[in-house]
Amino acid sequence: MSKHTFSIGGVHPHDNKISRECAIQPLPLAPSVYISVAQHIGAPSVPVVAVGDKVKVGQVVAEPGGFVGAFIHSSVSGTVKSIAPRADLAGRMATHIEIAVEGDEWLEGIDTSDTLVTAIPEDAKAIVDKIRLGGVVGLGGATFPTHVKLSPPPGSKCERVIINGCECEPYLTSDFRTLLEKGEQVVVGAALLQKAMGGVPCTIAIEENKPEAIAHIKDVIAKLGYSGIEVMVMKMMYPQGGEKQLIDAVMHRQVGSGALPISVGAVVQNVATALAVYDAVQKNKPIVDNSVTVTGECFPKQANLLVRVGTPLRYIVDYLGGVPENAVKIISGGPMMGRAVANLDAATVKGTGALLFLTEEQTKRAPESHCIRCGKCADACPMGLEPFLLNKLSQAKDTEALEANAAQDCIECGCCLYSCPAHIPLLDHIRVGKGFVMSAIRARAAAAKAAAEAAKAAADAKK
Amino acid sequence: MSKLLVSPSPHIHSKDSTKSLMRDVIIALLPAVICSFVFYGWREILVMAVSVASCVLLEWAITKYMLKKPSTVGDLSAVITGILLAMNVPYTTPWWVIVIGSVVAIGVAKMTFGGIGQNIWNPALVGRVFLLVSFPTYMTTWSQPQGLFGADAVTGATPLGAIQEGLMQGATVQDIMAEHGYNYGQMLFANLGGSAGEVCALALLAGFVFLCARKVIKPWITLSIFATVALVSLVFWGINPARFTDPLFNLLTGGLVLGACFMATDYVTSPMSAWGGVVFGVGIGLLTVLIRYFGSYPEGVSFAILIMNSVVPLINMGFKQKKFGRK
Repeated sequence: MSKHTFSIGGVHPHDNKISRECAIQPLPLAPSVYISVAQHIGAPSVPVVAVGDKVKVGQVVAEPGGFVGAFIHSSVSGTVKSIAPRADLAGRMATHIEIAVEGDEWLEGIDTSDTLVTAIPEDAKAIVDKIRLGGVVGLGGATFPTHVKLSPPPGSKCERVIINGCECEPYLTSDFRTLLEKGEQVVVGAALLQKAMGGVPCTIAIEENKPEAIAHIKDVIAKLGYSGIEVMVMKMMYPQGGEKQLIDAVMHRQVGSGALPISVGAVVQNVATALAVYDAVQKNKPIVDNSVTVTGECFPKQANLLVRVGTPLRYIVDYLGGVPENAVKIISGGPMMGRAVANLDAATVKGTGALLFLTEEQTKRAPESHCIRCGKCADACPMGLEPFLLNKLSQAKDTEALEANAAQDCIECGCCLYSCPAHIPLLDHIRVGKGFVMSAIRARAAAAKAAAEAAKAAADAKK
Repeated sequence: MSKLLVSPSPHIHSKDSTKSLMRDVIIALLPAVICSFVFYGWREILVMAVSVASCVLLEWAITKYMLKKPSTVGDLSAVITGILLAMNVPYTTPWWVIVIGSVVAIGVAKMTFGGIGQNIWNPALVGRVFLLVSFPTYMTTWSQPQGLFGADAVTGATPLGAIQEGLMQGATVQDIMAEHGYNYGQMLFANLGGSAGEVCALALLAGFVFLCARKVIKPWITLSIFATVALVSLVFWGINPARFTDPLFNLLTGGLVLGACFMATDYVTSPMSAWGGVVFGVGIGLLTVLIRYFGSYPEGVSFAILIMNSVVPLINMGFKQKKFGRK
C-alpha cells in the first residue's frame, strides 16, 4: 500500500494515542451551560433570546453577525439565565448565553434516532443551506463556517473534496473514534459534501496509525455503494492534517501564499465536520455537541466524551476525577497547536476537540542557547521557510525583510520550535513577526482601497 | 496543582538538544579514538587528555572571566574540538604545542566570534593549521606506531609526504609505493604513519554511519567529498599514473576520511541545505586533490575545508529551500 505525504518538511513526534481504545461516551448534562457567541472565525453571532426565555435543545439562540458567521443553537433545554461577558479559556472576555439546564427536551423536527439516512438530496443549494442553518463550522480547529467554504467565489471551481481524517496531532483520538463508531454517518456526510460541490470526487485521508479506521471506512464505502469516494492512506507525519499540506499530499497541488484551497480546486473538511454535515442535513440536528478527547499520561482516566457545547471545562475534569496533582498545563487541543487553558471555568465551544494534561517534565522548555546553525528548523518547516532567519528578523522588527522571506506564510504548526536542539523559542518570535507583516499587508490594502475611492470621488466630481 | 502554566504552542519538544547531538558525535568518534590508543599507546592517551582538558578549561575560563556569562562547556562542543585537535596532530607532539593549538582553536577561532554557533571556521582545523605553519617540525615528524606497550618510535613519513618527497627526487608513484610497501588493507584497518585521525579509516566510517543513522548529520557533504576526490584523481591518474596517485590512495590517506566525516560536517561551519552541502563537498574535494597534486604541502584536506568554510554564507544564500506554493 503506497502511503502519501506532503512534499516539504514535517516532524515525527511520538503519537501517544493512549486514549485510542476509549469509546465515545456521553457526558452527563452540566447544571448550566455557557454558550459563547464567538465560536467561529468571522463576525460574532447576535443573541436572539432574552433572559428568562425557555429554550429547547437545537433552538437557535444567536444568529450570524455577517456572511462569514454561523448560527448558534442551544445545546440544552432550560431557561436563559444571563447574556453577559465571560472569560474564555485564554481569559479573554466574550458574550456568553447562560442556560440553566431543565430536562433534555429537543426541538420538534430534529431526528434523534440512530436510523441511518443514506438518501442524498438532489438539490446542492438545499444541502448547503441546511449546513448553514445547522451552524456547522470547521471542527478541525479553525472553526471556519462550513457553508462559506462550500460557496466558492465566482470563477473558481471545486475539483475534489478531501475529508481530513489524519488527526496528526499526538494524543488526540476523537476523530479516530468517530471514524470507527460513526463511520457510516461520516461517509454519508462525505457524499453530501460531494453532492454540494457538484458531484466531484472525494478522498477520505487517514493516517497509517489508524489501520482499524482505514479498514472500517473502506468497508462502509463498499457497503453504502457511493461512487467516487476513496480512502487514501497517509504517512504518519506532522502536520499531515494541515490544510495546505493535506492538499499537497492528496492532489500534488500547492496552495499559493495567501490563497484559499479553492484556488487549486480543493475543499477540505474534517471528519467531525463531515459528521456534523450528516446530522444537519439528514437529521435536522444542528451542532449541539462534539467529541472531546480527555487525555494525558498523568491523567488517571483517559476518555472520549460527547460533550454539549458550552459545558464548563471544570465540569468535564471533575467528572473524570479532577485535575491530577502533577499536571501543570492543560491544553485545549493537541500538544503541537493547542492552546494552553488559563481558566478552567471557561466553557467548551464547537471546536473544542481535546483536553490534554501535561506534567512539568513533559512541557517545560529548556533554557535557550546559541543557534548552532544545524538547519533542523528549516528541514522541519512544512512551508519551506527559514525559521532561524525569521526569528532574527522578527526580533529586529524588520517587516520588509520578514515579508520578503514569507513570514506571512507561517502556519504556526510548531515544527521549528519542536525540533530546535538549542531550544530557541523560534515560533514565539515568528508569530510576532508574522503579525507585523499581516498588519502591513492590511494597511496597504486599506490604503489602496482609500486611494481608489478618492480617485473615484475625484472623477465623479469632475463630471 | 495550584497554578496553571500558560504559554504558546507547541507544548512539547523533541528529545534533541545541542548536548545530545554533541554526545552522539563523541560516541561516533570513540571507535577511532580507541583505535588510536591501541596503535599509538599511552602517549596518544596523553595527547588526547591534554587537548580535551585544555579546550574545555579554556572555554570555561573565557566564558567565566572574560565574557562573564554562564559557561557553555556543558554543551560538550569543546570536548569535540579537543578530540578532533588531538586526532589531527602526531602523538609525539609535545604537550605545550597542543595547549597552544587549543588556545588558537577555542580562544581565537571559536570564542572570539562569540562561542558556539558564531564561528566561521572549524576551530579544531584552525588550531591544527596554526600548529602546522608554526611548528612544522613537530607537526610533520611522524612516527611509526608501536602499539599500546611499544618501545621507542621509529620515525617515518606519512604516505602523502613520502610521495611528494619521492616525486621531487624524480621517482614515479609506483616506485615510491612499492618502496614503502603501502597497501590499501593497511590504510583501511591500521595506520601507515600519521596522526591519530588517520589511523583507521574503517573506525571513522563506522562513526559516520552511526551519525547518519541517528540523523545527527546528513550524508551529502561527506559523500560528495568522497565522490569528487575519487573522480578528480581518477582523471589525473588516468592521464599520468607515474605522476599522480590513484583515487583509492587519495581517499584513504591524509585524514580525508576524518575531515570528510567529522570536520566538514560540523553544523556551524557547513551549509544548511542538502544541495548547499553538495556544493560545499565538491569544493572541498576539488581543492583537496589540487592542493595535494600541485601545492607545496603534501596534505590538503584542512586547507580545503577552511577555504570552503569561508564561503558557507554565500552558499547558504544561493541554496534555499523552495517555499511552499511559491515559484
